[in-house]
Amino acid sequence: MNSDGKKKPSIAVVKFASCDGCQLSLLDAEDELFAVIGSVDIAYFPEGSRAMRNGPYDIAVVEGSITTHHDAERIQQVRRLSRTLVTIGACATSGGIQALRNWKDVTELVRVVYASPQFISTLKSSTPVAEHVPVDFELRGCPINKQQLLELITALLAGRKPNIPTYSVCIECKRQGNVCVSVVKGTSCMGPVTQAGCGALCPAYNRGCFGCFGPMESPNMASLTKQFRTLGQTDAAISRSFRSFSAWAWQFRKASEECERT
Amino acid sequence: MSGRTKTIRVDTLARVEGEGALQIKLLGDRVADVKFRIFEPPRLFEALLKGRHYTEAPDITARICGICPIAYQMSAVHAMERALGIRIDPAVRLLRRLFYCGEWIESHALHVYMLHAPDFLGYQDAFEMARDHREIVEQGLRLKKIGNSIVTLLGGREIHPISAAVGGFFKTPAKNDLRVLEEDLRWAIDASVSTVKLVAGFDFPDFEQDYEFVALTHPEEYPFNEGRLVSSRGLNIDAAEYEDHFVEQHVKHSNALHSIVRGRGSYLVGPLARFNLNFDRLPVVARQAAYEAHLTPPVTNPFRSIVVRAVELVFACAEALRVVEEYEPPAQPRVQAAARSGVGQAITEAPRGILYHRYALAENGLILAAKIVPPTSQNQKRIEDDLRDFAAQVASWPLDEATWKCEQAIRNYDPCISCATHFLRLKVERE
Repeated sequence: MNSDGKKKPSIAVVKFASCDGCQLSLLDAEDELFAVIGSVDIAYFPEGSRAMRNGPYDIAVVEGSITTHHDAERIQQVRRLSRTLVTIGACATSGGIQALRNWKDVTELVRVVYASPQFISTLKSSTPVAEHVPVDFELRGCPINKQQLLELITALLAGRKPNIPTYSVCIECKRQGNVCVSVVKGTSCMGPVTQAGCGALCPAYNRGCFGCFGPMESPNMASLTKQFRTLGQTDAAISRSFRSFSAWAWQFRKASEECERT
Repeated sequence: MSGRTKTIRVDTLARVEGEGALQIKLLGDRVADVKFRIFEPPRLFEALLKGRHYTEAPDITARICGICPIAYQMSAVHAMERALGIRIDPAVRLLRRLFYCGEWIESHALHVYMLHAPDFLGYQDAFEMARDHREIVEQGLRLKKIGNSIVTLLGGREIHPISAAVGGFFKTPAKNDLRVLEEDLRWAIDASVSTVKLVAGFDFPDFEQDYEFVALTHPEEYPFNEGRLVSSRGLNIDAAEYEDHFVEQHVKHSNALHSIVRGRGSYLVGPLARFNLNFDRLPVVARQAAYEAHLTPPVTNPFRSIVVRAVELVFACAEALRVVEEYEPPAQPRVQAAARSGVGQAITEAPRGILYHRYALAENGLILAAKIVPPTSQNQKRIEDDLRDFAAQVASWPLDEATWKCEQAIRNYDPCISCATHFLRLKVERE
């Protein structure tokens, strides 16, 4: 019960193919952890607790992409059991780095990694959760920003829309007063097409953005491709830049395929 | 109960990183079958690295594990530097030690306080534990936060930091930038010493095992990024020889690939192995804490790994402070070298044990082949061996208590299943 006598919303943290990092962000919110734990009823969070309850849940927080038959069924079940379902991180929102398999023959890839490929059951592609079930909100990032996660949880508890900007990293970069690594140093930077959320970390560390938060709301991919070519990048290298943690997000996917064709 | 069949079953193993399950079949007091099953889906990293540029490997492999991304970055950069013949600046070497200290502190504090201590004190989780022991959990969280603050200071953020580069860092801090850590680290050393005292007072089952311990060793230092790979049974090799001595074995009954020492069998990596093989390289404050906890090598009870992890917390905090005090910035943040064809191997000590990377590079710097052996896949056979022996000890217990204890036996290894998945099968079938 909350102090006002209302029942606390039950929450489930569910994992699919991922590195665990996004749900770890919750445990990494050391200063806010007790406040968060105190305002929800943690019904299912295996990374943190051995007490696990079957649904239904008020809120499901889903990490990871769908890569196996079993998981394709499991996500349906999670959706059925959850009033609200939000996805966190690049794997859940775009398929993650493992979506690089989507351009390859997965049987061949399995053979590279495993000695007896016949025992491995995996789908040909790694896909975001939203390709399987309706998703109420997608929180981007590889990893997610823990302040944004707290904002998302707060908004869910208050029943309002989370305040998560969808503009580009460039806006954050300017706000921080960073010198533009692309214009001044000629470094290839994905900032113009990447959604804000990291705080423009890479330019502040003398490197170009590599797209952890996926495409911003209206990315001009053609223009950035042209800029990368001007900076001397080969089309193969440009294609690789677009194919990282959010490779399967359609804007990045399409731009990378266009580079491959030329 | 004797003669009756019962099954210890855990469908979703909790307080570990990744997804695993456990099934032990008992016939009376005899253990008939042990399954430590991994259902974490494979993500095929080694295959996906083919055709990527060598500079991308640190950031891509970091995504194998959100708990120990620095370990992946460190093994990747060292393997690449070896392939390219790059010699790093001594100041960069020191900073990498600090970076690794941050990850060890964060990871060990998380495991000791949030994931493992609740088993010893009889709570489902650290949140429930906090109701009775708020100050203990808060101490753990503060330690963890200090580890994270080191990582954030050097790498921009705690998970998948962005500063590690082949040849050094993209940006290195000024001497004064590190000074802000000093006060916290002094507190953290004391807090870690009290952590050792706290966890040494837990009850440990009587369970000694005959392990082959495998860890890096360095002439002067407790190991992170450098050294020879040694074992308690006489192995002493360079990282380049790793694949001559360690093989993945296809175990018929378990359908899992297990890493073994060629010609011998399972082995143990991680805190217990490092402590037993490098005890005299620990700083005085860490050794003192160990002595006071009556902990001297060889420690062969895996349940005591929580105490060893706490001693390593003392080490990591003390080492971090040493680096902060001694550090002078390098002339350049990183050394760059032209791409060339070559092969490079590296082993570094992740919080959970040795992490092996090998890359073959083409002349243009693209990766031709990659091999990654994470610590949990190396410990996996050992975990099953432990369970086989330990389950017999708890066979006569009430099922729920026996189940919990067996879970605890797995958590002794702080297994990171997300990491290990490359090498584990999706399905384990019997008969």
